[in-house]
Amino acid sequence: MRMFDRDRVKRRGAGRYQVRLRPNERVLMADLVVQLREQLLASTDDPAVRRLFPPAYPDDPERDAGYQVLTRDELLEQRLAALDVVERSIEGGGDLDEAGMTAWLGTLNSLRLVLGTRLDVDEELPVLAADDPLAPAYAVYEYLGWLLSQVVDALSTDLPPPGADVRA
Amino acid sequence: MGGVVIAGLAAPLTAPAETDQPVGDTEVDPERPWVVIVWNDPINLMSYVTFVLQKLFGYPLEVAEKLMLQVHYDGRAVVSNGTREKAELDVFRLHEHGLWATMQQD
Repeated sequence: MRMFDRDRVKRRGAGRYQVRLRPNERVLMADLVVQLREQLLASTDDPAVRRLFPPAYPDDPERDAGYQVLTRDELLEQRLAALDVVERSIEGGGDLDEAGMTAWLGTLNSLRLVLGTRLDVDEELPVLAADDPLAPAYAVYEYLGWLLSQVVDALSTDLPPPGADVRA
Repeated sequence: MGGVVIAGLAAPLTAPAETDQPVGDTEVDPERPWVVIVWNDPINLMSYVTFVLQKLFGYPLEVAEKLMLQVHYDGRAVVSNGTREKAELDVFRLHEHGLWATMQQD
């Protein structure tokens, strides 16, 4: 596919990154960010959104309710904050520090989780005819994975040495 | 990031009703460690899961990849363990990154 011919995410140096999207991709990403924000704020029982808030204690509803109460708002706020960062960098030049790149990492992954849950994807994606009504959604899903893997590559280069964050 | 919120959940580790058990009785051990499990899902990229395990736990690439492959092929892997507070914080950090993580007493 033409769209996949060149990397969009570059590491410019230690902790310095750049996301360069084409105009049509900027429009797409900006739209996806708006959609995800709306869905997060709708706070419904939508299973696709619930995928972003998994249970910690699946066999203990009482403890899990406590966990959800104490963590849900923070998880939500982090995701909304990341969406804001991504939105600003789409509008701006796309130069990012590590926190900005991490916001892209989280946002791209959240988008894939929600879209992938909606599509009920399997590890092997189906081969769809071009006029299949689900073809555009699968194309977006694959595009998000392509971008995300570039972000992972860029951030992996700047991981601290192993053991740096292991707590006894 | 999540420490303050999570810390509030630590209390029930030692239940007062159980303290009159004879010392050394191992039938009920409230100190039994908790394990944090990451479950396979068809969405998270393998490279992403590996990266998150390196970032959160400081695992070398080979360890993170081995755990990721265990998740992928066996459906689950224990990625950390410890007290209930520590396990809960680890679960929270994995949830921050969108991984399907749960915890249970070993």
